[in-house]
Amino acid sequence: MSPHRPPEPVQVIKQRRDAALQALVSAVPYIGFLGLHFDRRGDELTAVMPFDEKLIGNPELPALHGGATAAFLEVTAVIGLAWAHYWPQFESGALDPEAVAGGQLPRLPKTIGITVDYLRSGLPRDAYARAEVTRSGRRYASVRVEAWQDNRTRPIAQATAHFRMPLPPRDTTQGEGAA
Amino acid sequence: MDETQALEIARQFISSLPHARALGMSVVQIGPGRASFSMPYDERLIGDPETGVMSGGAVSALLDTTCGAAVMSHPEMAGLTATLDLRIDYMRPAVPGQALRAEAECTHVTRSVAFVRARALDDDDENPVATAAGAFTFTKREDMA
Repeated sequence: MSPHRPPEPVQVIKQRRDAALQALVSAVPYIGFLGLHFDRRGDELTAVMPFDEKLIGNPELPALHGGATAAFLEVTAVIGLAWAHYWPQFESGALDPEAVAGGQLPRLPKTIGITVDYLRSGLPRDAYARAEVTRSGRRYASVRVEAWQDNRTRPIAQATAHFRMPLPPRDTTQGEGAA
Repeated sequence: MDETQALEIARQFISSLPHARALGMSVVQIGPGRASFSMPYDERLIGDPETGVMSGGAVSALLDTTCGAAVMSHPEMAGLTATLDLRIDYMRPAVPGQALRAEAECTHVTRSVAFVRARALDDDDENPVATAAGAFTFTKREDMA
């Protein structure tokens, strides 16, 4: 790869990044079940959980089910971590978004444990979440994730999760940054 | 209240929760401060497309619901409960194709908080898929004579 390569047109870059994200997200059936999607700004992701009747726990309040909130946080953490982990490989071309979309999926991090704090009752409306990788090593990673609804400064729940990272594939280890 | 009545109330409880219904949860057992619920294997709940293992999120939802039911079934409980915090440790992947069963028990209650422990199992009763420890809101009955 020449360092004097002209910059790529912005549409090409956007198209590649969005295809990579879409491939990663659409591979997980449970993300579809919850109805989640991810907004991307550069490398920053915001997960969106549009309100749906089936996410309700207590129909009398009504409030989001604690399990739906926990699942939302966990999925946001998994995708956020995988995205941060594979981003350099999508950018360098080591991972091809079209191949990923075609079913050659990179492996996802495995959850070791998650601690969810419920801060406020989840209202029957859309929820948003962002994950922050607080520690990313070769074998383990830690992620903090926060969910909110109408007001960014009044989160409904937060979580810390630990993950076991996927081992690098046998043939492309040279592109892997050490932790 | 006899066991049959308690089971019936628990069935009504679970079927009144849209999210529990969407995940196909059903009551296995209910007792004072205890609950056991199951959730069938469902391809829509897969979290790892490579292996077909159900998502940790679905396991969390089952554990949270079962813990909540254990709190609701506590003899000193008056009112409704909500999760304050829930910690889940994933010991091993659930075997694809097998239903999951969660067992929860209130270990202690104060006037305002119930502490609950739970585990999730597939067909292997010896090795849990996941364990959970949580704190839930609790309202102690004042009329306990």
